[in-house]
Amino acid sequence: MADAVIVQPRERAEATASAPAIRASGLVREYGDLVALDGVSLELAAGETLAVLGPNGAGKTTLVRILATLLRPTAGAVSVLGCELPRQAWRARGRIGLVGHDPLLYRDLTVAENLRFCAALHRVEEPETRIERLLASVGLERRAGELARNLSAGMAQRAAVCRAVLHEPELLLLDEPRSHLDPEAAALAEPLIGREAGVTRVLISHDVPAALEESDRALLLDVRGRLRYEGPSRDLSPGDARAAYGGRP
Amino acid sequence: MSPFRAILAKDLRVELRTLQSLPGMALFAMTTFVLFRFGLDRTSLSGSLAAGVILATVLFAALLAINRLFVAERDEGGFDAIRMAPVDGTALFAAKAAALVIYLVALELVLLPAFGFLFLDDWAGLAPLAGVLVAADVGLAATGVLVSAIGVNSRARDLLVPLLLLPLAVPVMIAAAGAGESLLAAGGPSYDDVGKWLAILALYDLVFVAIGYAVYDFLLED
Repeated sequence: MADAVIVQPRERAEATASAPAIRASGLVREYGDLVALDGVSLELAAGETLAVLGPNGAGKTTLVRILATLLRPTAGAVSVLGCELPRQAWRARGRIGLVGHDPLLYRDLTVAENLRFCAALHRVEEPETRIERLLASVGLERRAGELARNLSAGMAQRAAVCRAVLHEPELLLLDEPRSHLDPEAAALAEPLIGREAGVTRVLISHDVPAALEESDRALLLDVRGRLRYEGPSRDLSPGDARAAYGGRP
Repeated sequence: MSPFRAILAKDLRVELRTLQSLPGMALFAMTTFVLFRFGLDRTSLSGSLAAGVILATVLFAALLAINRLFVAERDEGGFDAIRMAPVDGTALFAAKAAALVIYLVALELVLLPAFGFLFLDDWAGLAPLAGVLVAADVGLAATGVLVSAIGVNSRARDLLVPLLLLPLAVPVMIAAAGAGESLLAAGGPSYDDVGKWLAILALYDLVFVAIGYAVYDFLLED
């Protein structure tokens, strides 16, 4: 791996021709004096998976929130699903699913009520059937009537996965989606958020080998939010990736 | 179900389940009445004083609900969930304002009989006063939702919301007090000026509802 940003011009040109699901160039995001993302560029074709790697404070979650239309970049250009952000964010909304650190569940609603609420926001057709099917697929059918505040972290994460895929998004943004899931739950969630889902995915994970294994492309950020690698996952070894984890945020 | 109905139903369901706003508002309002009763050392009120007591009590009780209006959205990720959905921000504005009007109407259903019992010799003005209060509720809700959305991410939310809301609520208070003064006049309600004050209230409501619709999408953006 080179120290500098690796961008393959020819590869970029080919990807452009096939209308990328995500295209970003020179993305900068500042929080006051803190630069969370510093000139990040990336490109991802529809149906591919991008692994976003980097140490704590590298700006991975900030990048995902920009792609989710929840944050505006301070500088740079980004388009998601063919929509320029933030100008056309309204066109991308409803086509993106997010599994983040927060399950985005109202604690005083039951699991089913939370999903019904999301289904109404996304105008999901036949919501009850869809909700029943999703809850059964992650083993939560018997917890449908339970208040979200009473769920364990793992159960809440299963419900969050259901919420994220309820509206059948074209792009899944997965910020450490398996962090609270036991192996059995992770296996149950796999058809919904894994490669089997067959949608474009952006995956943040600290399990570097596994993330590289299940992705087509990788994006490596250093502790200052700078791009250290962007290219095919197969060309980035776990050892090289871990080298970027040094330094203080 | 439309997003407006979904958000409104969610808020009402959570309130019915947790009772986080309404009981506190009612308790606060009753305590304020008792304080007025002993502070003014009067067993009977009429005219502008009576209107002032009921309106000041409703306004300060409304602040409790306004402060809590977006807490779940902020703490439980509701803002993110709603912003990632293909939902117009005005649906959130309208649903929150409708929820606040429902809270205030529910509060006033308890408050008005208590007010009559504690302060009025003649209850004839109470029914028309309820109509004036509903018009004032709409204005308070429109401004309250705007201010609450501005203040929700501030650490000084508890200070910021009243500081922003109270000056904006002055026209509502003036118009509602003007109408209330006539309706609670000693010797029975008079309807001479009520129409004029109601027109001012309706204009205020219209302006702030329009402002809310115009700016709410921008308030929700990062």
